[in-house]
Amino acid sequence: MEAEINDTIVAVGTRAGEAAIGIVKLSGSRSIFIADKIFKSKNKKKIKDINTYSMIYGHIVDNEGHLIDEVIVTVMKNPGSYTREDVVEINCHGGIIATTKTMELCIENGARIADPGEFTKRAFLNGRIDLSQAEAVIDLVRSRTEQSLRLAAKNLRGNIKEEINRLRKNLFDIRVKLEARVDFIEEDLEVTPYQEITKEIIKIRAELEELIMNEKKGEIIKNGVKIAIIGKPNVGKSSLLNLLSRKEKAIVTPIPGTTRDAVEEILYVEGIPLILIDTAGIRKTRSTIEKIGVDKSLKHIDEAELILLVLDGNRKLEQIDLQIINKIKGKSIICCINKIDLKQKLEVERIRNYFSEKYIIKISALKGKGIKKLENKIKYVILGKGDIDLEEKIIINSRHKEKLEEVKKSLNRAVEAVENKMSEEFPSYDLKTAFELLGEIIGETAREDILEKIFSQFCIGK
Amino acid sequence: MKYDIIVAGAGHAGCEAALASAKLGLKTILLTINVDKIALMPCNPSIGGLGKSQLVRELDALGGQMAKTADNTLIQIKVLNRSKGPAVQALRAQIDKKEYEIEMKRILENTQNLTLRQGTINKILVKNSKVFGIETESGLIFRSEAVVITAGTFLRGRIIIGEKDYKAGRMGEYPAMNLTRNLIDLNFNIGRFQTATPPRIDKRTIDFSKTIVQYGDREPLSFSFWDEEKIYENIDCYLTYTNKKTHKIIAQNIEKSPIRSGMVDTHGPRHCPSIDRKVINFPGKKRHPVFIEPEGAHTGEMYLQGLTTSMPAEIQQKIVNSVEGLENARIIRPGYAVEYDYVIPNQLNFTLESKNIENLYFAGQINGTSGYEEAAAQGLIAGINAALKVQGRSHMVLTRDTSYIGVLIDDLLTKDLIEPYRMYTSRAEYRLILRSDNADIRLCGLGNSIGLITDCQYEKVRRKEEKTNKLVSKLQNIILNPDKKNNEILKKIGTSSIDTPLNIYKLLKRPEIRIYDLVDYFIGKRSRYDKGVLEQAETRIKYEGYINRQLAEIKKLGDLERYYLLPNLDYFKIIGLTYEAQEKLTKIKPNTLGQASRIAGVSPADISILMLNLKGRSKKVFN
Ligand SMILES: Nc1nc2c(ncn2[C@@H]2O[C@H](COP(=O)(O)OP(=O)(O)OP(=O)(O)O)[C@@H](O)[C@H]2O)c(=O)[nH]1
Ligand SMILES: [Mg+2]
Repeated sequence: MEAEINDTIVAVGTRAGEAAIGIVKLSGSRSIFIADKIFKSKNKKKIKDINTYSMIYGHIVDNEGHLIDEVIVTVMKNPGSYTREDVVEINCHGGIIATTKTMELCIENGARIADPGEFTKRAFLNGRIDLSQAEAVIDLVRSRTEQSLRLAAKNLRGNIKEEINRLRKNLFDIRVKLEARVDFIEEDLEVTPYQEITKEIIKIRAELEELIMNEKKGEIIKNGVKIAIIGKPNVGKSSLLNLLSRKEKAIVTPIPGTTRDAVEEILYVEGIPLILIDTAGIRKTRSTIEKIGVDKSLKHIDEAELILLVLDGNRKLEQIDLQIINKIKGKSIICCINKIDLKQKLEVERIRNYFSEKYIIKISALKGKGIKKLENKIKYVILGKGDIDLEEKIIINSRHKEKLEEVKKSLNRAVEAVENKMSEEFPSYDLKTAFELLGEIIGETAREDILEKIFSQFCIGK
Repeated sequence: MKYDIIVAGAGHAGCEAALASAKLGLKTILLTINVDKIALMPCNPSIGGLGKSQLVRELDALGGQMAKTADNTLIQIKVLNRSKGPAVQALRAQIDKKEYEIEMKRILENTQNLTLRQGTINKILVKNSKVFGIETESGLIFRSEAVVITAGTFLRGRIIIGEKDYKAGRMGEYPAMNLTRNLIDLNFNIGRFQTATPPRIDKRTIDFSKTIVQYGDREPLSFSFWDEEKIYENIDCYLTYTNKKTHKIIAQNIEKSPIRSGMVDTHGPRHCPSIDRKVINFPGKKRHPVFIEPEGAHTGEMYLQGLTTSMPAEIQQKIVNSVEGLENARIIRPGYAVEYDYVIPNQLNFTLESKNIENLYFAGQINGTSGYEEAAAQGLIAGINAALKVQGRSHMVLTRDTSYIGVLIDDLLTKDLIEPYRMYTSRAEYRLILRSDNADIRLCGLGNSIGLITDCQYEKVRRKEEKTNKLVSKLQNIILNPDKKNNEILKKIGTSSIDTPLNIYKLLKRPEIRIYDLVDYFIGKRSRYDKGVLEQAETRIKYEGYINRQLAEIKKLGDLERYYLLPNLDYFKIIGLTYEAQEKLTKIKPNTLGQASRIAGVSPADISILMLNLKGRSKKVFN
């Protein structure tokens, strides 16, 4: 439904021709406040203190203080902005993942994801665009809110739309049972016992979780997964990248410290884009150029969703290997013991202290041994057990994702209400909220008539 | 003869309308077909019930009469849904019907500015799309500034029993045959509904030993906020069931049932189907409940809730006698169905004024509703608004987020009625806030500014609210240490102990804890707080999360209610609306964008487009 106009909205856009730069746009009375909460500049300058139409350089940092991206922020204060509200544009450089993360931070701090066309709509409502443009705006609103919603819904492919409809129907049926117990208490109806109803809610919640999980897979399919290849110099990282991508992109030499700047390569494993990043070998170094490379490697460790740690099977474990292991602690890691074609000197026993057997893979980047096994392991780590069936791939945008998470919260509340022995009207309200949110995802906003259903299902009329 | 306001029909809507208008100082005349039949209850002998009791409470908080008269004439009262949350609990009272009529008539007769007069309205007098009076069947003309039509089921009323039918408004009463013609001439769209009532039987012929006694509650209760709560001497009701034999009799005679024989083909209320229909539609059901309720303290007539039928009288007798405990029961008056015209209510504004004819209001069953409470609530709103209009004051509109009355009127104006409309709690999407316990807090301020609630009454409510606020913050400030003494008390109350300091506000959120326990043990002197204050505070704390979510939802959607749509808006000229939306909007002509958003077939995109269009031209016209 329409929201009040004075809340703060956020959306991601890209500048034409500059796809690498994602722009997170905020508009509304709290946009500067929100941006200031996630933005840190070098000299501690706040966005609220800079002039309208000026820029400021700094970093986006999440609530735990983790660096998300380096950015340039532009402020356009009301009424000089496009929407005639305070507008903040955050220019991200870190690609899709950093951009998405930045937007999510804005949401965590109180922004709402903009409806399609909402920036333009606000511009119009606030009198920024004159009436002669009304028709264009209307077209926009019409086509974007409705068609694209429908389209998006169609994009969800038959499967998920059906799935959402099914969940809605089940929610509705439960509400019918709950409401019959409220308004028709004296009717001598044969209604399901309350505790049975909890089970039904819990079942729906499990199905929803699956949907969210699938949705996550969809996200992965769309945006790819960052995988960093990490290790000390000369262990064969670049060779591994070349092998996995089946290209001779990274330079391979016997000289330790060959790779200075990170090399990215996208490869598709069963349709999933893997963004492989070959990094500079990590070691203490005097060379400034190499030092920058090493720093970057550390940054990549932070951003990657999966790390391929490469160890040289032909060498004994060294202090630096342990330091690296320590640095990547807490991430998803596959430990690759490379150069198994040579004499093995590595103390695999010691490695097992850090990684479970399942995640230790022996390969030879030179000879291409164990590579299939590694690819499978990567897939397993990223997607979990169930295979992604690409026919079912689900492209849901973050708007939908936000909604699904809200649906889940409502279901949690409903279950909690029943468990706390609150009476039917409370879980019923939660289920109604869930029902409506699901409706918004598939563009179904008509109100369902509970009473209608009760009358057709039960014998009413004492 | 010139009046400020004419109210036509002295049922529950008419009485409230006339009383409100007279109390607001307007010279008011209440016309009715028969002055011996005022505030009649032609169907069930009770007031209140789920959803309905909220309406009665709201009416009371705005200065209406029904709750007070109910308190004065009830013969049994109970709380329904007692085991559930406060939002869906309801009061229901069995009423002595005759007492109720007498009491209501006494009040009408003792109200200043109010004239009671026998007469049947024949024609509404209109000039330049504005009403200026009415003409009665006897040819008398009454002039007035405004007219409120509360004619109930009398418009071309037709009573059906079995294969016989009569022209009548209610059993034994004249219908209003000409008003429909007049309304059609005035371009009103008219629909036709049907409703029915069960047979009444002689108390002496019932074998109560075969029934289950239904007791009233023995605790201090009252419908009205202004009456002292007291324990009533309850008269019992009884419960029995139909059985295979009953259903067989009905099945064998189904061709004689008006719903089958074609004697009735209009829609009746599904919440109150005849036993014939229940048996047809739910053949699997082995028994249906029958509640036996007294019609009053001074009569032996008993009402058979659940046994509604308009079969031929001799078959009704067989049906009744098939029921356990009623084997020898004698019918005093048979059940019957009545078919009547109603004014399709989407032709009205939120004030219940006609969109086409100024100063003409409609309220009650004539608007397609069912139930005394629904009628009374509309009567009050129409009466108040007619009075405000005549006085040149701004109108009073209740929205869905403030009251059940708002829900009722919004539904009537927005939905397609397919049957007589009855209130349910599930119709009110914000019901967790719209409770009968806080109707006074919600609406007394409004009632006071209108002039039907005295300053003194309002002050009392404000004090209650203030005390509640104070108590809530007090509970927040009392922090319990996890010591032995406190934990022993908690054990006594029946809840788990604490191991870190906790304020009792948080403690109260535990489902098993009641505010009374906390006040007794940790504040003392329960008597310092009224029951009302304690319960308000408890509800606010216990259900805080839910209440806040509903408030947030209201805030989010509230803006739409403040966009008024002009009645002459040409929706077909608004580019971007779907054809379906254009048609629906043109048909219903919503008062606000909020109402528009609730019309089936109008999507959020349509609302955005409307908003854009309004805004484009808004500078002068809107806001
Ligand atoms: N025998 C053998 N040699 C390998 C294998 N993998 C890589 N090498 C060799 O090891 C040397 C270093 O390989 P790179 O891939 O450049 O190593 P790196 O980890 O990228 O090194 P830096 O970029 O310097 O950090 C090259 O001479 C490779 O041919 C392997 O599996 N077996
Ligand atoms: Mg390299």
